Amino acid sequence: MARMKFICDSERCIECNGCVTACKNEHEVPWGVNRRRVVTLNDGVPGERSISVACMHCSDAPCMAVCPVNCFYRTDEGVVLHDKDVCIGCGYCSYACPFGAPQFPSQGTFGVRGKMDKCTFCAGGPEANGSQAEFEKYGRNRLAEGKLPVCAEMCATKALIAGDGDVIADILRNRVLKRGKGAEVWGWGTAYGSKQAGQPAAPGVKS
Amino acid sequence: MKLVWTILATALLLACGDKAQTLGTPAQDTSPVTGTGKAYTVGGWKQGDKASWEAQLKARAQYGQNDYSRVD
Repeated sequence: MARMKFICDSERCIECNGCVTACKNEHEVPWGVNRRRVVTLNDGVPGERSISVACMHCSDAPCMAVCPVNCFYRTDEGVVLHDKDVCIGCGYCSYACPFGAPQFPSQGTFGVRGKMDKCTFCAGGPEANGSQAEFEKYGRNRLAEGKLPVCAEMCATKALIAGDGDVIADILRNRVLKRGKGAEVWGWGTAYGSKQAGQPAAPGVKS
Repeated sequence: MKLVWTILATALLLACGDKAQTLGTPAQDTSPVTGTGKAYTVGGWKQGDKASWEAQLKARAQYGQNDYSRVD
């Protein structure tokens, strides 16, 4: 299996925020924390586009590189996760992330920055799969239930697609061929390398 | 009195010591292939079987997200 990836097809996103709502509901994300959000590009200008943004689970994740306590890890499926028991809430990952994915809940009377929270690709955390402890810290582990991330599965227009990189790149490639436009995938190069989704991989390179 | 000063000086010097600061090893996670062993799990794959889990996710990505597969 190739690595798990997200693609947001800006030709289809209608800025309904269904992905944001689904994520918050599925994982019972607290107030002030949005693991996913919808961003409008060129707002008010003809040809404006909207895209859904969260942690992209980068191939060479900068958050992992800068974390001073080494709380991040990558699963065999390419999902970048972190251990909240190790996180000290320093915020370095927030500065490093090109997508603004790391979120920090305010805690206590003085709004002290809590431990980092981010999209888990619905893969939970280091606690036992499907356990209550895992749910309380990271949300539901849908991958272990044989499902894909809820944001993508709930997307009404299927603008946001998630799953095996090869499979979703093939889905987008087919769309682009059918409609004859919209091959640009925002964030793909930043997260996974310079190769655009929908283009064939170089020989011998695993996507 | 000398003994007290010695103990006090030793305690002060110990307070100046620095603990070793080494990074822990990254967390060990259980693969999602093992499943949750609970309800809500989708049928059509066997928990613990990597091949069936991968096939399930690939099939789900296709029928859930590729609407062109339902169009002539």
